[in-house]
Amino acid sequence: MRAIITVIGKDAVGILAKVSNACADANVNIVEVTQSVLQDMFAMIMLAEIGQSNVGFEQLRESLNKVGESTGTKIHLMHEDIFNSMHKI
Amino acid sequence: MLETKDILETINMIDNENLDVRTITMGISLLDCLDEDIDKACTKVYDKICRSAKDLVRTGEDIEKQYGIPIINKRISVTPIGMVAAPCQSKNAVKFAHTLDYAAKELGVNFIGGYSALVHKGFSSGDYAVIESIPQALSETDYVCSSVNIGSTKAGINMDAVRMMGKIVKNTAEVTADRNCIGAAKLVVFCNAPEDNPFMAGAFHGVGEADTVINVGVSGPGVVRAALAKDGAGKDITEIADMVKKTAFKITRMGQLVAKEASRRLCVPFGIVDLSLAPTPAVGDSVAYILEEMGLEKCGCHGTTAALALLNDAVKKGGVMASSHVGGLSGAFIPVSEDAGMIAAAQSGHLDITKLESMTAVCSVGLDMIVVPGDITAETISAIIADEAAIGMVNSKTTAVRLIPAIGRKAGDVLEFGGLLGSGPVMPVRLGSPEVFINRGGRIPAPIQALKN
Repeated sequence: MRAIITVIGKDAVGILAKVSNACADANVNIVEVTQSVLQDMFAMIMLAEIGQSNVGFEQLRESLNKVGESTGTKIHLMHEDIFNSMHKI
Repeated sequence: MLETKDILETINMIDNENLDVRTITMGISLLDCLDEDIDKACTKVYDKICRSAKDLVRTGEDIEKQYGIPIINKRISVTPIGMVAAPCQSKNAVKFAHTLDYAAKELGVNFIGGYSALVHKGFSSGDYAVIESIPQALSETDYVCSSVNIGSTKAGINMDAVRMMGKIVKNTAEVTADRNCIGAAKLVVFCNAPEDNPFMAGAFHGVGEADTVINVGVSGPGVVRAALAKDGAGKDITEIADMVKKTAFKITRMGQLVAKEASRRLCVPFGIVDLSLAPTPAVGDSVAYILEEMGLEKCGCHGTTAALALLNDAVKKGGVMASSHVGGLSGAFIPVSEDAGMIAAAQSGHLDITKLESMTAVCSVGLDMIVVPGDITAETISAIIADEAAIGMVNSKTTAVRLIPAIGRKAGDVLEFGGLLGSGPVMPVRLGSPEVFINRGGRIPAPIQALKN
């Protein structure tokens, strides 16, 4: 099962590290990362394999939300299917 | 790999543009619950509903969490109680309403629909019992919704039922006057009622349906409006229609995903996705604002009907390819009290009941959530129902009337419901009495359009 993690907010030191750490703690493998910084806005999208995760989807979301709060960013964790069904025929 | 802009677009739709799945509605047949003894029938009804839908709310919440899509309502629709009540020797149909209400409370669903009667050609004994008990049923229950189908293109309009429903609507408002006449907001009168509608108050489980079924209603006026606001400037109407279609496609795909997933997890067949654009009172989540985004100064001005026709058609065209089965009402809803733009247009005098009536000829349903003065006569309500049913009958479309007579209030006042039902300015109705016409009774014959064979 794969999920998309998006991180949007003001650029700051250590955002990528903190999100990656939260994923590693949950045994979530990051498959792909794209990142862009437009002026001082930071937008990162990660494709993550969550099938082997040692926590539930909701728990993973909560721990990512905490990272979001501590870094002043907005983090979303959503199942990959939702994007595939909306944007691919 | 997905494109960054597509991912951000979806997240923006959910976060900022009120994209949601409005409802997962489980249809449940009660045809195997019939009994001569009303108490036994009620027990069977309660058991069947609780057994069939025991996992509905939890499954809805699980899907919501896993996909990150808000699913606002989990609802149940059942076989019209008029049929279930038919064999009962006791005609105290209110017992069924209480049974449905208990089941809804036990399961934690938001609404249960199907306290209904289908009388487009005539009444059976159960239908009479249900219709006469509607005011009491809606006053004594919290979650039960009621609907009555009084006409169809194939059968014509049952004017005896129309006359009756004028009184029932008024009476329902009267007995719930201390609660902002909320009873009338849970009662809808249909022409050409669909059997697989997941939206309240008109949902019921038709007799041609499977034993249980999952129907999903999507929403998303905010998303369509935002798309037009972002890229619509300077575009011609053809391009506007294409933009609506593309957005409707995406919204519906999400509904289809949720419907398939709910169906799989609950082991209940997937019925339909209803493509409706259902507004909420939240600012931005408004059908009226879409019409204004197209270039109307205010919803209700001349041009509104044309803009709505375009919107309604484009929503269907975009949505129909996105789902394997489309049904229900599928189109743009225009419930006045539930739509911030409609409320504003009504308050500023741009939108009145006659303009709304013409809009219903091209939208998905009808005169919906319209608050009328409390001193309106039952005959005038009946006549409004008859007008609306005539539009549905002749145009082979669903039309409905959900009027709320605001007891003790007059035109210009406001009735507050709160929540998804919003608030409605009291709208004046036309002068003149239709009393003699309504009291004739009988049936309006089926129109020539019915003879298609």
